[in-house]
Amino acid sequence: MSAETRTPNPFFPHRHLLGIEGLSAAEIERLLDLSNRYADMTKDDSTARALLRGRTVMNVFFENSTRTQTSFELAAKRLGADVTNMSVGTSSIKKGETLLDTAMTLNAMRPDVMIVRHPDSGAINLLSQKVDGAVINAGDGRHEHPTQALLDALTIRRRLGKLQGLLVAICGDILHSRVARSNIHLLTKMGARVRVIAPTTLLPSNIDRMGVEVFTDMRKGLKDVDIVMMLRLQLERMQGAYVPSVREYFHFFGLDYEKLSVAKPNALIMHPGPMNRGVEIDSEVADDINRSVIREQVEMGVAVRMACLDALTRDIVGSNR
Amino acid sequence: MSADRKKSGLPLLLVNARIVDPASKRDERGGVLVENGVIVDIGPQVTKQNAPVDAEIVDCGGHVLIPGLVDMRVQLREPGEEHQETIATGSLAAAAGGVTSMVCLPNTHPIIDDVSGVEYIARRARETKRAKIYCYGALTQGLAGRDLVEMGMLSEFGALGFTDALHAVADAQVMRRALYYARTFDLLIVQHPEEPTLAAGGAMNNGELATRIGLPGIPACAEVMMIERDLHLVRMSGARYHVAHVSTAAAVEAIRRAKQEGLRVTCDTAPPYFSLNENEIGDYRTFAKLSPPLRGESDRRAIAAAVAEGIIDCIASDHAPHDVESKRVPFVQAAAGIVGLETLLPVSLELYHKGSLSLLDLLKCLTSRPAEILGLPQGRLAKGAPADMVLIDLDKPRRIDVTSFKSKSKNSPYDGRPVQGAVLQTFVDGRLVFATDGEG
Repeated sequence: MSAETRTPNPFFPHRHLLGIEGLSAAEIERLLDLSNRYADMTKDDSTARALLRGRTVMNVFFENSTRTQTSFELAAKRLGADVTNMSVGTSSIKKGETLLDTAMTLNAMRPDVMIVRHPDSGAINLLSQKVDGAVINAGDGRHEHPTQALLDALTIRRRLGKLQGLLVAICGDILHSRVARSNIHLLTKMGARVRVIAPTTLLPSNIDRMGVEVFTDMRKGLKDVDIVMMLRLQLERMQGAYVPSVREYFHFFGLDYEKLSVAKPNALIMHPGPMNRGVEIDSEVADDINRSVIREQVEMGVAVRMACLDALTRDIVGSNR
Repeated sequence: MSADRKKSGLPLLLVNARIVDPASKRDERGGVLVENGVIVDIGPQVTKQNAPVDAEIVDCGGHVLIPGLVDMRVQLREPGEEHQETIATGSLAAAAGGVTSMVCLPNTHPIIDDVSGVEYIARRARETKRAKIYCYGALTQGLAGRDLVEMGMLSEFGALGFTDALHAVADAQVMRRALYYARTFDLLIVQHPEEPTLAAGGAMNNGELATRIGLPGIPACAEVMMIERDLHLVRMSGARYHVAHVSTAAAVEAIRRAKQEGLRVTCDTAPPYFSLNENEIGDYRTFAKLSPPLRGESDRRAIAAAVAEGIIDCIASDHAPHDVESKRVPFVQAAAGIVGLETLLPVSLELYHKGSLSLLDLLKCLTSRPAEILGLPQGRLAKGAPADMVLIDLDKPRRIDVTSFKSKSKNSPYDGRPVQGAVLQTFVDGRLVFATDGEG
C-alpha cells in the first residue's frame, strides 16, 4: 500500500499507534468505545470477520512474548486478516542484520499492519518511518505499550463506568516498565489521579514530572485508591542490584490483604501479567474473584487490539466501511 | 552502692552534681532522680531533702554528671574473633570509658548482612546487660560491594544504619542504588571514605615521612575523592549520608559545602585524627597504624578546628581491638586500628582543656548529636530520657595505662599519655555498671 492510496481518516488521524503520549483524550475515548463494542461481539461475528479480509497483518517480535503476540494474532484473525508471526528475536538479529534492513525486508512483503515489539526504546518509532503500512507498538523497551494501557482502561471503564476522577496506584518496577509509562499517559489524560509506589531504586528520575504522586510506602500510597495496578518484577532485578531479595520485596511491596486494607473497600486489582506469585502479589489477592480483574484484562486485550487494527486500517482505499 | 539496690528497682537519687547536658544546654548544680531506669526529675530542686524515702542516694561530691557517651563506631569482634574482643569485654571497656551506647560494625564472622546477625547482637547485648549495643547492617551482601542487603528488614530488626565497615563502596552505580534504596525507608548510610584503588597497598599517609621510612603511601586526597563522588549521589538521591572518621582538611571543606547546600550529610572523626599526626609512626610503631592513616600536622589541626566549629558532628572511638600478633609484624603487614573505648573521653577532653571549645559543645559530639543521627532517645539528661549517665572527675590528672584497660586488646598509641579527666561511675538505665572502686 503506498501513500496515494490513503484517504484522510477522521476516526483516527494517525498512521501508526506508537504510544499513548501522542493521542488526545477524544481519540482515546473513541478507541475505548470501539473496543467496548468489540468486547461485546461474539467470537465469530460475521461483519467483523469481513473487515480485514485480504489484508496482511504481520506480528514482528524482536523480544519473546507469548500472550501479547497471541492476543494480536487472535484479534487480527477475528477481523478476517491473514496473519504471520515473525519471531525475529531468534533469527535475523543473531545473523547480524540491522533493524532497518529487517524492516525493509518485511516491508517488501507488503503487510498492511506491522505489530512490533522491540527491547530498545524508540526502535519502533525508527522502524515506522521506513515502512509503508501501519505500525502498532506492542512494547518498546521501557518506553510505551499502548495497547496494554488501552486494555487496562477498558477493563476499568467496564467495571467502574469511568476513568475521570479515579485514584489509581501503579506499584512496583516503574523504572523498567513501559506498561507504567503508557498507563500514566492514558490515565492522567483521562482525568484519573495516578500514584506510583516503589522502592526508590525502581523509580525513574523526575517521574513526578509526568504528573504522578510518588510514594515509597505501600501503606501510604494505597490509601483510598480505587485501582491497584501491580507490575511484574523480573527475577534478575531482585537479587541485589535494585532490590535485595524476593522476601524483602514481598514484605514491603508485595500486594497482600494487609497492605490492601487501606485502599477503597472494593478497589480493583490489576496486573499486566505474567504474575510472580509471592513476589509482587499474594496468591489470595490475585485470585480474589471479587477484586482481581486480571483475567478480564486478558480478555479485553483482544477487543482492544481488534479496535486498534480497525482504526488504523480505515484510511485504506477500498476498505468496506 | 549495695548489690541489693541494683536488683531492687528502688528510686536512685544523684545529688550534689554539676549537671552538664548538651541537648538542653544545661550546666548547673543539682540532682537527678531516676525511677525504673528513667529520669523523672532533674535540676537544682532535686536534693537530699526532697528525696523519696526509699531512694538510694549517691552524693556526686560536686563532680560533673553527663549523659552516657554514644559511640557510633566500634568493632567488638563478636561473633568470630573472640580472641581479640567479645561483647562482654567490649561492654566492660565501654562502661569504664563512660560509653553507655555503642554501634558495632557488621564486619564480624559471619558478617551482619541478614536479620539473624542483627538479632544475635541484640540477644548478646541483652545477656551482657552493660552498655547498650546496637549494630549497623552491611550495605552490600558479604561486604562485597555488589548486591544490596535487605535493609528494610534489618532496619525493622534494629540495625541503625548500613555500611560496608572498613571498605568503601567502590562501584559508583552500586553506591547510587544503595543510597536510593536506603532513601525508600529513610535509612542512614555510613561510608568509609577512601578511594580504594588509590589507597590499595598503602600503609600510611603519603608524604615526606612515608618517603623517608620507605612505606607505601595513601594520598590524603583519596578521602575527599570518595566523599565528593558520594555527595553527587546524595544530591541525586536525597538520602541520609554519614562520613566516618574524617581525617583531612579537604574532606572537612567538602562536607562544609554540602551542609551549606542543605544535603543530609553528617560526619564523625575519631580522637587520633585530632590528637596525633603521622609522626607518631616514628620508628614503625604499628600501634600508630590506622585506617584512614594518621595524617600530617596541618590535617590534624584542621580536624581539631572542624570539631570546635561543629562541621564535624560527632566523635566516635573507632574501637578496633587487635591481638598482639596482628600488630607485632612488619608495618605493612600490621592490622590497622586501635582500641578506643577507654580513651575516647579523656583524649576528647583535651580539646576542652586546651580551650578549643566549650564543655557543652564537646560533649554534644559525644552524646546528643550521635544519638540524634542514629535516632536514639538517649544521649541527654532530661525528664523521660533513659538514665544513661556518667559521673566524671573533669580535671583529674593521670596517665593512660593500657594495663588497666578492660578491653581484651591493648593496642593503643596513647599508653603513658598524660590526660585530664576520669570516669568515676557509669549508669545504664539507672543501673551502676562501672565505678572506679571496681564495682559494677
